[in-house]
Amino acid sequence: MSTTSIARPAASGPAGRTAGPAVQRPRGYRRVRPYVLSVAGLAVAALFALPYVVMLLDALRPSGDVLATPPSFLPREWQWGTFGTILSDARFLSWLKSSLLVASVSTVVVLVVAVPAAYFTARYRFRGRTAFLLLVLATQMFSPTALVVGIYREFFQLNLVNTYMALILTNAAFNLAFAIWILQGFFASIPQEIEEAAHLDGCGRFGTLWRVMLPLTLPGLVTTVTFTFIAAWNEYVVALTLIQDDARKPLTVGISSYVTGYEQNWDQLFAASVIAIVPVVILFAAIEKHLVGGLTAGAVK
Amino acid sequence: MTATATGSGAGTSRAGLGVTALWLGPALALIVGVVLYPAVELVRASTSDYSITGLRKGAAGADNYRRVLEHPDLSTVLLNTVVWVAAVLVLSIVISLGLAQLMSKEFFGRRLLRWAVIVPWAASLVITARLFMLLLDYNYGILNQVLLSAGIVDTPVDFLGDDRFTMPSMIGVGTFVTLPFTAYVLLAGLKGIPDDVYEAARMDGASPWQAYTRITLPLLRPALMVATVLNIIYVFNSFPIVYTLNDRNPGFAHDTTITFMYKLAFKSAEKSVGMSAAAGVFNVLLILVVVLAYLRISNWKEATDA
Repeated sequence: MSTTSIARPAASGPAGRTAGPAVQRPRGYRRVRPYVLSVAGLAVAALFALPYVVMLLDALRPSGDVLATPPSFLPREWQWGTFGTILSDARFLSWLKSSLLVASVSTVVVLVVAVPAAYFTARYRFRGRTAFLLLVLATQMFSPTALVVGIYREFFQLNLVNTYMALILTNAAFNLAFAIWILQGFFASIPQEIEEAAHLDGCGRFGTLWRVMLPLTLPGLVTTVTFTFIAAWNEYVVALTLIQDDARKPLTVGISSYVTGYEQNWDQLFAASVIAIVPVVILFAAIEKHLVGGLTAGAVK
Repeated sequence: MTATATGSGAGTSRAGLGVTALWLGPALALIVGVVLYPAVELVRASTSDYSITGLRKGAAGADNYRRVLEHPDLSTVLLNTVVWVAAVLVLSIVISLGLAQLMSKEFFGRRLLRWAVIVPWAASLVITARLFMLLLDYNYGILNQVLLSAGIVDTPVDFLGDDRFTMPSMIGVGTFVTLPFTAYVLLAGLKGIPDDVYEAARMDGASPWQAYTRITLPLLRPALMVATVLNIIYVFNSFPIVYTLNDRNPGFAHDTTITFMYKLAFKSAEKSVGMSAAAGVFNVLLILVVVLAYLRISNWKEATDA
């Protein structure tokens, strides 16, 4: 799409010509390069993981040891039972259920709503098309956090405070813009001819979308699913404000009650947190390859 | 290529109102019902007078706005917000440029690096915030322990209580959790640059640094813009980090507009839904202005249509 601008800087770099082989890196570097990269890469990886390794270690020591002075990196006493305690805690399980339910239903709603909208805006000209795209861009600039008071008042009037429905609607609505944005770029980049061929083969509009277009936009769909799921999984402020019933709290809000002014179960807080991260990291690791592809098209478009 | 990729990417088909409503209806309903309506509610609440229990007592006109503007801590909060957003944004973009470059190279352990970078993104911000509250603690924090035993400091540093360190600590944690998203967007941008461009540059004798500044950076512009715009919005609205790390401190000394807004309604002497709503309106307007200004300065349209 921008081949002309790609060629320009390369071709018009007169300084480069005179430099010639003098700027070639020394031979020795080429040989050690893989090792240097590996060491740097693993060091950076360790840096990112380190805080969460400490979290895991905190989950494996008695709560009192978490707040011991001086602190120790490794637990002074290993306590393996906390994960079992958490996984059999009825409250934790109900929070986990809330989070899974809210995050997955929100993701499904986003897909069902964003795919037709994105496809339609990418393929059709219609009155109000620019207005619609501007509206989407505007929603992108709002976050539920900034509107939390308004959201609370709306759901209060609708009698939806304390319901999953309120959380699902909020999560779906606020992630819609990103989804439409990314998917629209994908649909637009698929050549029209492919669709026309499908038409000639007797596919209707909907059939074409379902059988031809969606498989081609898989990376975009994967990106959308990941973003929406993570955003809903980690949403905090709206859930904190709208949900008072303990059993309906999602993990983000529920987990905090392991450490309050009254009881301080740091080991349980962190064990629960580790459990909450695991499914998301697995999801990410499984689709990381598609994710990079998916963000590309979204970013370029 | 040009036929589908130019302009806004619309095809040739035209559609009538009925068909349009069918395809866009659900999206419009969701946007209007759950984003725009609360925005209207927010404005309505901002011009109303509420009791501390949240019952509407009547109209308040511009009173709430005036009280927010006259709030003694407003200038501190605004200054904090500017420092917070600018610092986190610049730091994450700059660090992510290097990080994405590293993640794009082939080497043993690359996969491990990509997975590790994901972790702060996958973890909920509230949890990461609580984790760092502990890591940075004056008495129990492992960071102070490391600094002490390495002889860098003689007495522990009160990262989250000392006014000199609170904001920098928040910025550090804020940057840490912003890096994964930013690095992945930039990595995606890097992957979109075809290899033969670099090949051509090498033939022309361009040094790696020249190739980077003249090819990589210009071609990375769309990805950089996406990362910047979304990060402005995310960082502005970032609630859990500022709220949690700053939990110990009374008043609004280290609050940003978003936590200021929340505390006005739920956790301050004021306990005023109306004032909080007025602050919320200001907050949305502030984000709009900053994003639009950025889009204008950086020539958004030209970059995305290039």
